[in-house]
Amino acid sequence: MQILISNNSKEPIYEQIYSQIKKQILKNELQAGQALPSMRQLAKDLDISVITTKRAYEELEKNGFIYSVVGKGSFVSEQNHEMIKERKLKVIEEQLVTAIQNSKEIGLSFTELQELLNMLYREED
Amino acid sequence: MENVIELRNVNKIFDSFRLNDISLTVKKGFVTGFIGGNGVGKSTTIKLIMNLLQPDSGTISVFGLNYKEHEKEIKQRIGFVFDENVFYENLTLAEMKQIIKPAYSNWDDNLFNHYVKTFELPLKKKIKQFSKGMMMKASLTMALSHHAELIIMDEPTSGLDPIFRRELLEILHQLMEDENKTIFFSTHITTDLDRIADYIAFIHNGELVFTKEIYQIEEEYAIVKGGKELLDRDTEQEFIGIRKSNHGFEALTANKSRIENIFGEMVVIEKPTLEDIMFYTKKGAERFV
Repeated sequence: MQILISNNSKEPIYEQIYSQIKKQILKNELQAGQALPSMRQLAKDLDISVITTKRAYEELEKNGFIYSVVGKGSFVSEQNHEMIKERKLKVIEEQLVTAIQNSKEIGLSFTELQELLNMLYREED
Repeated sequence: MENVIELRNVNKIFDSFRLNDISLTVKKGFVTGFIGGNGVGKSTTIKLIMNLLQPDSGTISVFGLNYKEHEKEIKQRIGFVFDENVFYENLTLAEMKQIIKPAYSNWDDNLFNHYVKTFELPLKKKIKQFSKGMMMKASLTMALSHHAELIIMDEPTSGLDPIFRRELLEILHQLMEDENKTIFFSTHITTDLDRIADYIAFIHNGELVFTKEIYQIEEEYAIVKGGKELLDRDTEQEFIGIRKSNHGFEALTANKSRIENIFGEMVVIEKPTLEDIMFYTKKGAERFV
């Protein structure tokens, strides 16, 4: 599990950890059932206070990304519909960005791209 | 959460200084940084916690026990690091160990040797030849070699170079992997606290200003910057302390969201450092004298 912390960021450190772990779960790089390092282990490894990792884990748990078992640690949750949706959205976003980049390369305007999308979307129905 | 240290309404009066009604808790499994300027009561508070001084009124308990009946047991479970030399100068570290070891039932020679090695401490050199950093490491070694559950340190990083300060923080991080350890340390080098402290206790002029989770401070306090035309009798009341210059003002608030509502886009709001909080609290206290 890779986590990079920026000390110059406006985003608090616990939020940086939260969003990076969340991202890895949504991308399925961290899979359901997989154990996360303990809060204390992670705090030591990242050279940050225990309360920071505790808060990040609490947020992840609150939003259903992980669950914890007393005495055993924290694990990635089974994916629920909300999460799958969010993950799909992420994929869609990436694909759209690629489409936009390709359009720009050949000088396709935003309106033309929208028309194309409209047409394709209806065809699928 | 369990409290390892608990002070309730503690008063201690000296000729020229008093600790006023201090109520302080230190939570088990976390690091609490104890901040405040020079001469505001940090060392006195620590001495009270260590039973080197007794309060005039109020109660002090450590591990839920009182000193009157359980002094021996409490001291067994504390590792104490002073900022001054508490060793016999003409002895070597090996000799000093022989004196300290019998006092602790949990003394662990392996652990002692481990830290001596980690810190590259000479066992056969007289302690008076130790540098400030070596002295600190020796003191820490003694404090850590009897499996103390509570580590109390009085200004452990003052007078030390940045490299050793980082090393010390690393050791503290390692200790905190064990959820049964608790660290309480005073410092006025507040940057040391950013990466290790879970809670901050802030003392000023013999009174405890607050004990807060470190994130709570960020959420409540803010530095506010703006033009001086925004300040008047009423708006000045919103701040703990204000610094005015020809070009505008800078101030500290303990109610960030209220300031955002009052001033909105007219001011710049920034995250305060612990130093900012100390500085403006002092400034604000002077204002009302």
